[in-house]
Amino acid sequence: MNDMTPSREQREAALEGMGCKRKRVEDIRFTQGKGKYVDDIKMPGMLHGDFVRSPYAHAKVTKIDATEALKIPGVIAVLTAEDLKGVNLAWMPTLAGDVQMVLADGKVLYQNQEVAFVVAEDRYIADDAIQLIEVEYEELPVLVDPFKSMDPDAPVLRPDLEGKMEGAHGPRKHHNHIFNWSVGDEDATDKAFAEAEVTVKEMISYHRTHPSPLETCQCLASMDKVNGELTLYGTFQAPHVIRTVASLLSTIPEHKIHVIAPDVGGGFGNKVGAYPGYICSIVASIVTGQPVKWVEDRMENLSTTSFARDYHMTTEIAAKKDGTVTGLKVHVLGDHGGFDACADPSKWPAGFFNIVTGSYDFPVAHLSVDGVYTNKAPGGVAYRCSFRVTEAAYCIERGMDVLAQKLGMDPADLRLKNFIKPEQFPYNSALGWEYDSGDYHTAMHKAMDAIDYRGLREEQKAKQEAFKRGETREIMGIGVCFFTEIVGAGPSKNCDILGVAMFDSAEIRIHPTGSVISRMGSKSQGQGHETTWAQIIATEIGIPAADIMVEEGDTDTAPYGLGTYGSRSTPVAGAAIALAARKIRAKAQMIAAHMLEVSEFDLEWDIDGFQVKGNPEARKSMKEIAWAAYNAPPPGIEPGLEAVSYYDPPNMTYPFGAYFCVMDIDVDTGVAKTRRFYALDDCGTRINPMIIEGQVHGGLTEAFAIAMGQEISYDEMGNVMGASFMDFFLPTAVETPHWETDHTVTPSPHHPIGAKGVGESPNVGGVPAFSNAVNDAFGFLGSTHIQMPHDAWRVWQVAKNLGAHG
Amino acid sequence: MEQIPVTMTVNGKKVQRFVEPRTLLIHFLREDLNLTGPHIGCETSHCGACTVDMNGMSVKSCTLFAAQANNAELTTIEGMANADGTLSALQEGFRQMHGLQCGFCTPGMITRAHTLLQENPDPTEEEIRFGIAGNLCRCTGYQNIVKAIQYAAAKLNGRDYQEAAE
Ligand code: FES
Ligand code: FES
Repeated sequence: MNDMTPSREQREAALEGMGCKRKRVEDIRFTQGKGKYVDDIKMPGMLHGDFVRSPYAHAKVTKIDATEALKIPGVIAVLTAEDLKGVNLAWMPTLAGDVQMVLADGKVLYQNQEVAFVVAEDRYIADDAIQLIEVEYEELPVLVDPFKSMDPDAPVLRPDLEGKMEGAHGPRKHHNHIFNWSVGDEDATDKAFAEAEVTVKEMISYHRTHPSPLETCQCLASMDKVNGELTLYGTFQAPHVIRTVASLLSTIPEHKIHVIAPDVGGGFGNKVGAYPGYICSIVASIVTGQPVKWVEDRMENLSTTSFARDYHMTTEIAAKKDGTVTGLKVHVLGDHGGFDACADPSKWPAGFFNIVTGSYDFPVAHLSVDGVYTNKAPGGVAYRCSFRVTEAAYCIERGMDVLAQKLGMDPADLRLKNFIKPEQFPYNSALGWEYDSGDYHTAMHKAMDAIDYRGLREEQKAKQEAFKRGETREIMGIGVCFFTEIVGAGPSKNCDILGVAMFDSAEIRIHPTGSVISRMGSKSQGQGHETTWAQIIATEIGIPAADIMVEEGDTDTAPYGLGTYGSRSTPVAGAAIALAARKIRAKAQMIAAHMLEVSEFDLEWDIDGFQVKGNPEARKSMKEIAWAAYNAPPPGIEPGLEAVSYYDPPNMTYPFGAYFCVMDIDVDTGVAKTRRFYALDDCGTRINPMIIEGQVHGGLTEAFAIAMGQEISYDEMGNVMGASFMDFFLPTAVETPHWETDHTVTPSPHHPIGAKGVGESPNVGGVPAFSNAVNDAFGFLGSTHIQMPHDAWRVWQVAKNLGAHG
Repeated sequence: MEQIPVTMTVNGKKVQRFVEPRTLLIHFLREDLNLTGPHIGCETSHCGACTVDMNGMSVKSCTLFAAQANNAELTTIEGMANADGTLSALQEGFRQMHGLQCGFCTPGMITRAHTLLQENPDPTEEEIRFGIAGNLCRCTGYQNIVKAIQYAAAKLNGRDYQEAAE
């Protein structure tokens, strides 16, 4: 014991609780190469699986002959759809209520679709075998343009659905139609448009892109036939859900399936769904009795696992001449590829796209979405966004700029005029969401001051004049974006995945010596949960974060949770932690009362223990209480100090932000240089400012890539045009702009610690800010909307078409 | 398939194995030597997750054969810590400056930065950005990686790290 009693500040600091820039505990292993990712795991007798894939985008598979391949020493088995039929696994359910082939069943629907699964003693032998497997194809007409999907003569992509007029989300209009989803008051919206002083209409496309985490999707399946137990390691964002799905599909009882997601090298939505590789590895392990590992390569990752976006949004806004918006109408055509495997909560075929009214007080709105099939890879995921929120934010933020241009108004002023006012919260949007809290004006003004917005506009005007006079070949754009996110899926009243309600969970166990283990239903893919969850617990129960270990991703030990995606960890799992910790504190209070021989109501909480009110000398620290919980609990109270919480949030949370991008564009080269990028985020209570800032940097870099060059495109034969890092743009340190971050704090009123989630905001807000900057630069030459991505070639073409090349 | 002998020094230790001539260096390191620090992110020389130092040069071990490293001196992330097991200035810099998130690019990034600082012990921000352009990171946005390397450079040059004024 020290003779110096630590001060309040010292005790507080020792906890490293919420609000502190605690250094990440994960980094100790990651910086030494001691992380454990799926591909690092080996099991005795482990085999390796790999796929034969289709070179065609649409073709009948008439013959698969593996005779020669099977002659290679070391090739153990080759699985085809016929083999999977024997175990009822030729098709699997998708997250969106559709079904998907695991291996080509009679035909293929997109290039690189899985046709056969080779199991061999090592990767090289599997590759050799793939070369020798003969597959005969009969080509079919290819459909790549979603706008032609519902043409009367469009090829039938899904014979299994032909004639079915009812889909998972209601009536289907055509053999390639998946669903129509509409919300809002159509009549009232039509009326607002009929009466409007001004209207604008624009087709705003959000191109197909891909999350491409640095680690691809992979798994290792091991079936223990003696005990009937399946162990599955994998790059899973939602390990418990994978266990449930695996049990439902395989009929192995759920308690005999152990799903483990070890360290995961980035997810960004890509690792939410279930892929044929997982199913085939499991089946192969059952068939061979040996562990089977499947590791996807980069080309497979980009061309076949879940894409993102591919939404084509016809956007109309009605307004008064003074800029007050009076109505919003959006029709979306969603290209879902060959199977509807989009990752959305069951009830929401287009996710939370109905946040499309954004930060603005639209009195009425109507939204309708049509999903269609094409010959492209399936599985639209919420790529660093909460279920189509990115598309919605892009749609409205571009739309507002188009309106501003038509009105001759400044885009920032137009936004300020239409913001939902602080006193309107909780705010019910015209498309059915209740926004929890917000103070948009303060955030916007802070951001505008920080970058000297008015000064930039003057500079821009001067530059435009100089350009017109032929004195410069450079133009300048200021991208304004104000977004509202909707995260924290979700309340069970709104959200479930395959029928499992989207709660989350935490278990906290305090050991006699006062050290803590906490197990979670969430699963970090780089977000730093081991660090931040411990900070919440430290603040709530007064034990230093350094004494708290956080474990995630093992379904044997963690309570059931829905995993990490859609910025749901802090809003849902973060709340579960706080509530579990509060249960512990409540029991600790009873124990402390017994120890101090007072009533528990005479005690008050003070940083790291309980003290008698008005008598700080009479106190018991949490560590002392923990010891007592195991050796001298109060009579009638069970020993031990632990708690579990399953948290079903009452509402979503609504983080928001004001982003500004200043860009200089050389019209002769099309090169757009980001001079400044300023991002102000309000995610409510901030748990670890360092980690928040890091998340913002990362999200902005992904947004930059999407807006400025990254695209999964197809030629008319359905060939993927860019499926390697050579042609799919991932920014390096050289192109990536410098990021400026800032914040305001508007806590969520319904969240136990007021936190809202931030990981996806920079992607949601970043893309419109970049795109608006490019659009803003060209606006004075007469263009209203330029489609993304804005790489130099496309920007050069825009300049040319606008006559800027002289 | 026929096997050939390879000999090399990896993280100061001499190793000798028989491999297929087509065995890639990254697979040799990860599968044969159990050095799972270097990662595979693309197998096409673009991402840098597999970067190791070979004879004082940064190489992408996914596009070299193990046989090409015959008789070479290799350092992987596993050989980066100080002799007493504490984190090196670079490893410390990445932690202090929050230069990583998922950690998948980190071993390659640190290994590359290590060689970069041998080539240029006191690089400017621009030189760092160019110097690590062969290493992709999907999580951090690079700004903090640059700071991490500046932190290490300062420390190795006997200075305190001062964040550049923005
Ligand atoms: S794995 Fe070697 S550069 Fe990407
Ligand atoms: S930290 Fe995830 S890829 Fe760099």
